[in-house]
Amino acid sequence: MKALRVTVGMGSCGLAAGAGRLYEMLESLLLDDKVQFELSVTSCVGMCYAEPLVEVTDKNGSALYGSVDETRLNQIIESHIIKGIPLDDWVVRSDYLKSYEDSFFGGQKRIALRNCGLINPGNINDYIERKGYEALKHIASKRLKPEEVIETVIASGLRGRGGGGFPTGKKWDFTRRAPGNEKYLICNADEGDPGAFMDRSLIEGDPHSVIEGMIIAAYAIGASEGFVYCRAEYPLAIRRLKHAISQATEHGLLGENIAGIGGFSFSLAVREGAGAFVCGEETALIASVEGRRGMPNRKPPFPSDAGLWSKPTCINNVETFANIPWIIANGARAFSAIGTSGSKGTKVFALTGKIRRGGLAEVPMGITINEIINGPGGGLADNHLFKAVQLGGPSGGCLPASLGNTPIDYESLSSTGAIMGSGGMVVMDETTCMVDMARFFLNFTCQESCGKCTFCRIGTKRMLEILERICGGDGCEEDLTLLEELSEQIRRGSLCGLGQTAPNPVLTTLRYFRDEYIAHIRDKKCPAHTCTRLLTYTIDSEKCTGCSLCAGLCPSSAITGEIRSFYTIDSTLCVRCGVCYDKCPFKAIERE
Amino acid sequence: MTPESQETNKRKEADDSVDLSLIKSLLDSEGDTRGSLISLLQGTQSIYSYLPANALRLIAERTGISLSTIYSVATFYSQFRLEPAGKYTVRVCHGTACHVQNANAVTIALCDTLGVTDGGTTEDRLFTLEVVACLGCCSLAPVIMIGDMTYGNLTPNEAVRVIKSIRRREGALK
Repeated sequence: MKALRVTVGMGSCGLAAGAGRLYEMLESLLLDDKVQFELSVTSCVGMCYAEPLVEVTDKNGSALYGSVDETRLNQIIESHIIKGIPLDDWVVRSDYLKSYEDSFFGGQKRIALRNCGLINPGNINDYIERKGYEALKHIASKRLKPEEVIETVIASGLRGRGGGGFPTGKKWDFTRRAPGNEKYLICNADEGDPGAFMDRSLIEGDPHSVIEGMIIAAYAIGASEGFVYCRAEYPLAIRRLKHAISQATEHGLLGENIAGIGGFSFSLAVREGAGAFVCGEETALIASVEGRRGMPNRKPPFPSDAGLWSKPTCINNVETFANIPWIIANGARAFSAIGTSGSKGTKVFALTGKIRRGGLAEVPMGITINEIINGPGGGLADNHLFKAVQLGGPSGGCLPASLGNTPIDYESLSSTGAIMGSGGMVVMDETTCMVDMARFFLNFTCQESCGKCTFCRIGTKRMLEILERICGGDGCEEDLTLLEELSEQIRRGSLCGLGQTAPNPVLTTLRYFRDEYIAHIRDKKCPAHTCTRLLTYTIDSEKCTGCSLCAGLCPSSAITGEIRSFYTIDSTLCVRCGVCYDKCPFKAIERE
Repeated sequence: MTPESQETNKRKEADDSVDLSLIKSLLDSEGDTRGSLISLLQGTQSIYSYLPANALRLIAERTGISLSTIYSVATFYSQFRLEPAGKYTVRVCHGTACHVQNANAVTIALCDTLGVTDGGTTEDRLFTLEVVACLGCCSLAPVIMIGDMTYGNLTPNEAVRVIKSIRRREGALK
């Protein structure tokens, strides 16, 4: 290994922020012989807010630079790479320097993300160097029986990380015990919840941990064929996963007599989703893997009895699988020592919205929502006020800031009306309208309903219409009762989780933010100034200098007046686009 | 002849003129695999940018799956299109995080500059605009994706600039 190593973060988030260009610059630097270093690639370390990230490792240790653009990279090259002088101000994480950004990692406990951002996901040896595939070797060398593996997973207390929270070991046990020799294993990587990207990051950053988890699961349940069902919107994850599968096959980790375990063979293929949210539901996912329309089926029979091609099938989520090698290698007790009595281990959250440090954070179960938002999240962006947090995507709910001390565990979150879900955490401030949020989610579920159940298909449409009416200022108070009635009927009348939980965003906002609904209905006002139809723009004649800027910008010619005097807005012509409000240099435009 | 039937005829002509030999190797390698219909359709679409009717007929013949079943699958999933798409598909993310960061303004700006609405293709067949649920780059919201390239932290103006730079590049290629 060379004394100097430069690593560029090339996850989807890094690439979107311009990491590709930085890599090219470093590559061309290597061509002229001025300086020698090892150029390497890694994926997302979770600090998406500081992308692109470039890490320089020399004899002193590592220094991770954040928000690197071309100018900044040139300075890093000049100073740190060539002269060996680190540029402390831009360092976001380091072995030898303190950084304010250290608090991003402070409250975290990284199990599923243990290798993300540290290894080159394209190189299996990087994974092996960090104890990769040792759990599998442990099973082989100790000759652990499948039942013993299942016992360990049950004892660890691991529950499904896709949202349902079903005990993983039990699911494996059911599939193992189901009659028949032909069994299947599926990894659910159809991460459809808007606002969630844990699984994408995990596959992009450490595909082998998922593959190793799957191999162990296949051994435990007795499956010889497996699929990863990944959404097509994740091209980079799919590419890296396919590459990792071919590497694992070359290393004899997939195929026949895996790791020297006689008679254990397992092959793995990737199936790409085709853009249907409902396929995250397990029976719909199975239909889709079979090449059919992804519509859910009635349970029972559960997939563990009759799943893919009507054979016993076990489906687990990406993050669940990534935890498995760690549990086998470190023991069930090490895992169950983390977390609360009912929720063991850690959970990865995708922090987004109006938060200062958006990204991925893996925290021990049991810490509070506030601790995540203020710890790794760094609090609200631009000193705004924390108003609400949305957990669990379209099946989840919006919790108010007053419930910020709710601990993160399956039961506590369910009791608030939200759910743990897959781990999306969208933080909202006073500029987010809760009625609009509910409308947004209903619009989503309404579009994504597969149409099989009447209440989900038509009920969500009716709820959406009511919410649109309220956002437009045409709602009445009876609408709220109607929303609650419809919610209950949709919950009871739908076959799958998508329908049953579709009303959750409405129910939680009605429960915690009813006054906002009332303001829309009774006062025809949107307190967050989001619902455009309820806004009025006026010009304060005292502040207006008559500069005419707004009149020139107004797309509907609603602003008239006399130059160097003052201007007025004709509200009948105003389309409430807000351009004048944003652009007035004298803050003379008032919005209500 | 009504404008609609003119349109249908035009599409039929376009469908008849596609070169079916392009999907032969795809059908040979995956045609017999159990459950491969969706991958076949994905492969076909990546070749032609859409699913031409006579390609679907060939898949039906080759796999023994009825044409109506194939059509039902093709229309269930939002990824598939039965009309040719532009050279670049511009996907505007409307996930929760993007919604909170005003993705709507980006969409409006893109609709304006491209002169199409959601699902539409520009007249020069360069761009197709698609509003999608979530691209999984939530921390960079609002984002758009063009081909495999993701652009994050956009303002409406920046999104328009991305389109313009592609237009310029394409113009230079001609």
